[in-house]
Amino acid sequence: MNPEVNHKVVREIASHPFFHGMSREFVETIAVEGEERLFVADDMIASEGGEADVLYLVLEGKVALELEAADRPPITVQTVGPGELVGWSWLVPPHRWRFNVRALKRTRLVALDGGIIRRTLHARPDWGFEFMVRFMPLLAERLENTRIQLLDIYGR
Amino acid sequence: MAVSTLPDPASPADAGHPLAPIPYVVRAVATETPDIVTLTLVPRSTKRTGPFRPGQFNMLYAFGVGESAISISGGSPDGQLIHTVQSLGKVSNALTRLTPGDTVGVRGPYGRGWPVAEAKGRDLVIVAGGLGLPPLRPALYEIFRNREAYGRVEIIDGARTPKNLVFYDEVQGWRRRSDLRVQVTVDSAGRDWYGDVGVVTTRIPDARFDPERTTAFVCGPEIMMKLTAQALVARKVPAETIFLSMERNMKCAIGFCGHCQYQSSFICRDGPVLRYSAVQTLLNLKEV
Ligand SMILES: Cc1cc2nc3c(=O)[nH]c(=O)nc-3n(C[C@H](O)[C@H](O)[C@H](O)COP(=O)(O)OP(=O)(O)OC[C@H]3O[C@@H](n4cnc5c(N)ncnc54)[C@H](O)[C@@H]3O)c2cc1C
Ligand code: FES
Repeated sequence: MNPEVNHKVVREIASHPFFHGMSREFVETIAVEGEERLFVADDMIASEGGEADVLYLVLEGKVALELEAADRPPITVQTVGPGELVGWSWLVPPHRWRFNVRALKRTRLVALDGGIIRRTLHARPDWGFEFMVRFMPLLAERLENTRIQLLDIYGR
Repeated sequence: MAVSTLPDPASPADAGHPLAPIPYVVRAVATETPDIVTLTLVPRSTKRTGPFRPGQFNMLYAFGVGESAISISGGSPDGQLIHTVQSLGKVSNALTRLTPGDTVGVRGPYGRGWPVAEAKGRDLVIVAGGLGLPPLRPALYEIFRNREAYGRVEIIDGARTPKNLVFYDEVQGWRRRSDLRVQVTVDSAGRDWYGDVGVVTTRIPDARFDPERTTAFVCGPEIMMKLTAQALVARKVPAETIFLSMERNMKCAIGFCGHCQYQSSFICRDGPVLRYSAVQTLLNLKEV
């Protein structure tokens, strides 16, 4: 076992639904530099346009994904809770946050280094494939939910 | 059958006709959202409509304008009726402009409501979208009165933004009950909203129920009911135990004029609450 690994973080990753059943070695590899972070209501976790080199795993609490528009106050377009992930800009250049992430209550997250995950996925395509097989449905679901939001399903 | 055979609600000559509306007085008007009001009505005389069951509707007549089917969102044994109306067109616009002391015509109650009694012993998932909560409200209070007769009760309420949520304070009160789980979600919100953001369907995977012994009541615009029913079916709730409240243009409301016909059913008489399994195809049609 890698001595630099934070065992608590490894446990948190391994028990997160997204990583459930993934190889222990993979989890330990991406856990390097990983840490638990605690936020309280209204703390800004990430800001739109800022450097995005982290993948957050939500353990407890709730965060808002906000869009900024020049002529109006920020709008929350989605909230994310325990068992979910926040952020994929670490995967896609230019690695800048596409939205603000704001805590809505006391929130506990695991922050994983995006650069380490990227390099690990490149170096081990078998892990990379497994990761993407899990990641794509999340993206597809979010796209689908956004489409439903655009339909304005409560409008009469 | 010709609609002209229906009585003219405003004509004294038709006063004794079974379809003639009974005059009610507006006792109170509560503004829910900029275009939705809740009217509290009391009978003008001893004449009143019969007792209603949750999910039924009345025909409300705005004098000189016309009639609309409006679900019953509450009432009391002394004849008081509560109706929540959104201003959409001619009639609903006139209804939302009523002020205390005004008179409105009421006939009903009509239709088949929510199968509240049949659902006893089962888990309940109740999903409201937009103006979907008012027609569910009497069912919810009946369930609350007999809470021990049901399994888990999960309520999901969705609206476009926080300011479009109706009966907001009441729903907040339900959230404090330990024998219910209430999820409220909106499509988008400002920084003053600390609740969930996302369409109602996103709350279904998280809802706690045993699909095989679950009855679902879903009410809202058809697109919302369709997507919600699909999400419930994806969680293995049988289409036969999902109930939706259908809206179709109504005229007579008693299975007489054929205005609301769907296949061999009349929505006014056989509905408005129908099983998802029976209306799956109808949900894809614009108007029958
Ligand atoms: C069983 C039943 C229960 C109902 N309960 C309620 C209720 O509790 N509260 C309430 O406000 N309304 C309710 N409605 C809808 C209501 O009966 C009318 O259809 C609505 O108020 C519009 O009528 P209108 O005459 O004002 O508008 P119209 O002049 O008929 O129409 C104006 C515009 O609104 C559109 N429109 C009409 N009806 C609807 C509709 N149902 N959904 C979406 N767009 C529509 C029309 O296409 C048109 O563009 C119910 C309908 C049914 C069948
Ligand atoms: S409204 Fe006349 S048959 Fe239904």
